[in-house]
Amino acid sequence: MVKQLTSGERQFAAVILVVLAVLGIAMAAAGRADPLGVHGLIVLLYSGALLYVVLSSFYEREPDLSLRTRYYDDPIKVGIALTMAWAVFGMFIGVWVAAQLAWPNLAFDAAWSSFGRLRPAHTTGVIFGFGGNALIATSFHVVQRTSRARLAGQISPWFVLFGFNLFCILAVTGYFMGLTQSKEYAEPEWYADLWLVVVWVVYFILYIRTLARRREPHIYVANWYYLAFILVVAMLHIVNNIAVPVSLGHAKSYTVWAGVQDAMVQWWYGHNAVAFFLTAGFLAMLYYYLPIRAGRPIFSYRLSILSFWGITFFYMWAGSHHLHYTALPHWVQNLGMTFSIMLLVPSWASAGNALLTLNGAWHKVRDDATLRFIMVAVIFYGLSTFEGSFMAIRPVNSLSHYTDWTVGHVHAGALGWVAMITFGSLYTLVPTLWKRERMYSAMLVEVHFWLALAGTLIYVFAMWNSGIIQGLMWRTYTQEDTLAYSFLDSLVAMYPYYIARAFGGLLFLLGAIVASYNIWMTVRYSPEALTDRAPAGPDQGPLPENVTAPAE
Amino acid sequence: MDVDHDTLVSVSKSWGLFYLIAFSIGVLIYTFWPSNRKRFDKAKKNILRDEDDKPWK
Ligand code: HEM
Repeated sequence: MVKQLTSGERQFAAVILVVLAVLGIAMAAAGRADPLGVHGLIVLLYSGALLYVVLSSFYEREPDLSLRTRYYDDPIKVGIALTMAWAVFGMFIGVWVAAQLAWPNLAFDAAWSSFGRLRPAHTTGVIFGFGGNALIATSFHVVQRTSRARLAGQISPWFVLFGFNLFCILAVTGYFMGLTQSKEYAEPEWYADLWLVVVWVVYFILYIRTLARRREPHIYVANWYYLAFILVVAMLHIVNNIAVPVSLGHAKSYTVWAGVQDAMVQWWYGHNAVAFFLTAGFLAMLYYYLPIRAGRPIFSYRLSILSFWGITFFYMWAGSHHLHYTALPHWVQNLGMTFSIMLLVPSWASAGNALLTLNGAWHKVRDDATLRFIMVAVIFYGLSTFEGSFMAIRPVNSLSHYTDWTVGHVHAGALGWVAMITFGSLYTLVPTLWKRERMYSAMLVEVHFWLALAGTLIYVFAMWNSGIIQGLMWRTYTQEDTLAYSFLDSLVAMYPYYIARAFGGLLFLLGAIVASYNIWMTVRYSPEALTDRAPAGPDQGPLPENVTAPAE
Repeated sequence: MDVDHDTLVSVSKSWGLFYLIAFSIGVLIYTFWPSNRKRFDKAKKNILRDEDDKPWK
């Protein structure tokens, strides 16, 4: 990590970390017993730990600058490790909250472990921790390979990676203390939000500057998707989180948006988080790792461009389908509904493009679990976008809204599409990045595949059933025109489904643990690929620096 | 000037529509512009070329 930096860069890194530590001290001093004070302490410890890493190699020999003609892969490697760590953490919390819904005693009567605090810890852990780190790591890989250029910075990739993880840590520890802005998927408070803006701007500049260095005349379409992800998430994040803190020494803030405008801004954010955080960047993975793994170019490049612009411009207007039957003006609801239905066209264009790419390589899909991950991801992408467009129709939404159907839809998207494409990409990326012949165990990839698929199917079917039963029970009337079931009746009916869902989630979590083990073993023990490439330099040696020798 | 609800509605119902139509036409022209064909073709094949996994000079 640090050995790759020149002494000037090491100094610069140290300065950044000292500034951050001072900020942490200021937060701790201003906040005192307020959660802001605790967060100040966390910022201080975090920057202190990183500072220790920098200083302990501060006077090591300077790196050989000729190595800078290579790709910069160290941040990607650390990013993959963080991705898997967050996957296990986030999915574990997910299984826990799922179990709490079946057996409420599992909250153990503590405030921090109550459902309301663990749930955002789960969503943040998987969406931002797992998904976000995977997006950052793969984007650093794809932009370099498709541009044939090295990342445009030595420190900024580390800043983006560690800065983003600091944000995630502040978010999750905040929930445990009861902190939230009460905006779904945007729960962290104002100071964490401000920090993320800084990180994100650096990310954007780094990405653009790397693209500007490119040797390929055309910017490959995967980069468009990553760029849309970076740019739009910045927009969404800033607008939705404009807030006024109670005081600079307080964690609590109030949003500037009021009433129905607040709802609209929140779901403009929320839906585009689905679009640009959970879809655009993962489509970028699809458009790069699918052709690489299948060994054949994307079926239609033009179609990929058309679906890019379709997705970008339709998604923007679809958010109001989250607010059917509310105080939001009727025409705005109609607008969201219409655009949601139109969205099916570019969504299925991408899915179809991917499947047609595989057409003629089905034997590879049969034999290679990694490619199968990618194929199943595409199928779930097609499925969940169809389902989403359907649920966005107002009368359908009157049945699905507030029920587990939404949860089923979310997880068809999140487990079936987002997580599967990520695992497919990681299994493609890890051996090439560490210059291994293949993954440590193809068998374990196979095991992971079936665990993930079984887990997703159990989860999604449980929630579809449960959601539709719920929705129907809530709207069943007796002959006397009174409701036939109380809310409690519907809750009792959910019980078996909640157990099934927790079990499905558990399988998925086990799969992620198997994947982490397999990646770890690949890095440590797999034989190096035999190539006639130039001898490996420090950033491409047989072992990454954060791994100790096997003799340890 | 007071921008009221009705103004916003009429703007989005008229200009909103036209700008999206104009935009789609623009995208279609770019995608199918004959001289772009070769670029796109090369772009989609080039990512599979990876002789030595090093940046190009
Ligand atoms: C064409 C694409 C899609 C459309 C039109 C769509 C539409 C919808 C609709 C109508 C809802 C229910 C809103 C409600 O009743 O409250 C919903 C919820 C949700 N969808 Fe999708 N969806 C699409 C794709 C996806 C994908 C690919 C994901 C990826 C994970 C996803 C994740 C979510 C999430 C997280 C929620 C829950 C929001 C909440 O917390 O209430 N969606 N979507």
